[in-house]
Amino acid sequence: MKSKILLSLTAVFAATLFLTQAYAADCNWKPTRAVTYVVPWGAGGGTDANSRMLSSLLSKKFGVPFNVVNKTGGNGVTGHSALAKAKPDGYTIGSATVEIATMHWVGLTDLSYKNITPIALVDIVPAGVTVKKGSQFKSLGELLAYAKANPGKLTGSGTSQGGIWHLALAGMLQSEGMPADAIRWIPSKGAGPAMKEIMAGGVDVVTVALSEAKSLIEQGELTGLAYMNPKRMSALPDVPTTVEELANDWTLAAYITVSGPEGLPENIACSYDAAAKEAFATKEWADFKASRGSDVVYMGSKELTEMIAKSDVDLGETIKGIGLAK
Amino acid sequence: MSADVFWAIFNLDNLTVIFVCTLYGTFVGAIPGLTATMAVALLVPFTFYMDPIPAISAIVATTTTAIFAGDISGTLLRIPGTPASAAYVDDAYSLSKRGQAKTSLFVSLTTASIGGVVGVAILMLMAPQLARVAISFSSYESFWLASLGLTCAVLTGQGTVPKSFASLFIGLAIASVGIDIAVGYPRFTYGVPDLLGGISFIPAMIGIFAFSEVLRTVQSNLDSSTASDLIKEKVSDASSRMIKALSRYRRTIARSSVLGTLIGALPGAGADIAAWIAYAVARRFSKEPDQFGKGNLEGVAAGGAANNAAIAGAWTPALVFGIPGDSVTAIAIGVLLLKGLTPGPRIFIDQPELINTLFGSFFLANIIMLPMGFLAITLSTYILRIPRTIMAPIILLFSLVGAYAISSSVVAIWIVLALGIVGYLMEQNEIPLAPAILGIVLGRIIEDNFMVSMIKAQGNLLMFFERQYSLVLGVITLLLWCFLLTRMVVEISSGRRQKKK
Repeated sequence: MKSKILLSLTAVFAATLFLTQAYAADCNWKPTRAVTYVVPWGAGGGTDANSRMLSSLLSKKFGVPFNVVNKTGGNGVTGHSALAKAKPDGYTIGSATVEIATMHWVGLTDLSYKNITPIALVDIVPAGVTVKKGSQFKSLGELLAYAKANPGKLTGSGTSQGGIWHLALAGMLQSEGMPADAIRWIPSKGAGPAMKEIMAGGVDVVTVALSEAKSLIEQGELTGLAYMNPKRMSALPDVPTTVEELANDWTLAAYITVSGPEGLPENIACSYDAAAKEAFATKEWADFKASRGSDVVYMGSKELTEMIAKSDVDLGETIKGIGLAK
Repeated sequence: MSADVFWAIFNLDNLTVIFVCTLYGTFVGAIPGLTATMAVALLVPFTFYMDPIPAISAIVATTTTAIFAGDISGTLLRIPGTPASAAYVDDAYSLSKRGQAKTSLFVSLTTASIGGVVGVAILMLMAPQLARVAISFSSYESFWLASLGLTCAVLTGQGTVPKSFASLFIGLAIASVGIDIAVGYPRFTYGVPDLLGGISFIPAMIGIFAFSEVLRTVQSNLDSSTASDLIKEKVSDASSRMIKALSRYRRTIARSSVLGTLIGALPGAGADIAAWIAYAVARRFSKEPDQFGKGNLEGVAAGGAANNAAIAGAWTPALVFGIPGDSVTAIAIGVLLLKGLTPGPRIFIDQPELINTLFGSFFLANIIMLPMGFLAITLSTYILRIPRTIMAPIILLFSLVGAYAISSSVVAIWIVLALGIVGYLMEQNEIPLAPAILGIVLGRIIEDNFMVSMIKAQGNLLMFFERQYSLVLGVITLLLWCFLLTRMVVEISSGRRQKKK
């Protein structure tokens, strides 16, 4: 914070000294043609929704189209590789998600957060435990008790094998002293397809972000059993947290970032950082966040990189714990 | 409909938006390689400055016309604008070569408009009920539906059954390139990162249809006199032939429109499968099934009506549950959210005027499309005046630029060239091209849903028939397979006999 104040003071100073150009030249890069916005997950999920909203706001700010491209498949590898390996000229940015810190642990790819340039944090999304309306399970306790008595009978979905929502489920089961596959994981291309599956009765439970399930919970189509967060979600105050429901204090949250390819020049990264910060301050963004039941968050490039590095270590532990590490 | 809704639809802003977007949609759709999805994506920045109603009208008008306009390049150049047009591109192109390009396109246009109107009417009457059915489709049902789509491709392929199967399998083999969904293992990528995501269908389609056609043109000595005969078709003749076709095939058109809407409403199915199934059903009920694929207007009418009806159908799950049926509705949901509107059952209660205006704009877009389309057809048929010898290199150039533009990777150009040669060799051996395209489009969907279902069922194949809809779809598909296999055996054995003679 101190450095930010210092920075803005310097800026003011510089401006008064007619040296604006020297300062502005650092962070005033602007795209002059269409920008590709890579999303590693399918249309209809939370990453997709956040990315489409942010790219709309960025496009409004810069006056060029930001084309959202859903590069799905390969459990997130395809999209993340496309982002990491793109030309670092500012014309390809995209959403790197928490999977950048998990994929390499499960042996999917060598790609890690070191191969991207984190620009800004877009969203922090705690997982939830959601069942279809009319499900026999009225609480998380009932669900877990059934799974304990009938291991392998229930199915859960939400993302790919070893993906973040899989870790949420398996990690929770394990923290409760059950085998990680007491509820079998059905891979899906993302939260959107998983929601379709649970609506169709194809799986018993989804552990996607509660914000992703929120609209269908409000419509009464799905029932939220738990929120994997220390605090209840203000938009869904009736859904208890895992901390309340379970003896241990298991929580898990994914995150979505806007990131650039490896080696994105500093001036481009900080221009996008500033633009994202500006977008996050708009009323549209606040309304959008409120409609999804999540809070507006912000973290700049440096802070974000540290956060990802830490989560990389933590999630590595979880993955090793449930025996998915390779 | 109340007066408010009426004025919301017919106010000047909204009318202007619809008018401009039909123009834009026609233009984008007619250019090979540019898709309806891309057209809508490019539109998003403009919707910031619009009210919710014109914004939605813009998206609706653009997609409707872009899907129709895909037929223009399909008919004139044999480059289907979208995979949805690929079902009947051979019919349309044959008609064009016979000098009836305008007739074929007029039929495409009017049936597209009819299909669109029927689609919205169904949407208005029963969107919530339809969405209920659509949402009960799990991976089992999606697998069968996609299989049914593939089966229809073989059923309608104008070659023999074994050759249609060959074409389909070529398509499926191409679709197997890329990272496998279930276990994340890269297949046939040879270390090329651009192939990890698989071979996308646009370069594939451009290669198989357009480039192979260029290769054939180079070989054949077309004299320019025949070429100029082709465009002498008078608008009045074409119109009267169109009217005749409309009244003659009214049942096919009605059936295809309803079928298209219903299939379009199913998540993951969309306009492509709709066009193919409608085409196959039309052929089944036709009095002249042998003519299909060789320039039959009934096929053009069936596919043309179905794919535009499916556009309307695709809005069902998006509006009712906020779950997008395809990439266009995913973008539309994004725009609605940006305007502070959350799709879901409550939007029908809280914002009925928005929903009714959406429906009204759909109607209007489908009607304004008619004069615009007539204009576009009349102008674009002048392309046929250009001698094929000059046209061929231009098509080649367009194909390569288009393929590059869509993926901004050089690999796409190689895909066009390689698959163009594959397409050429297939044609030389009388293997139909269309089933291969469907194989590429549906291969991934089928594999995905199959793998997910198998994991769910823990390898128990009977689970594919456990659920109500999956049982029905599964049985239909299996019956069709039995029928096709018998026909194949008959064709092979009769082929041998003929050779002996």
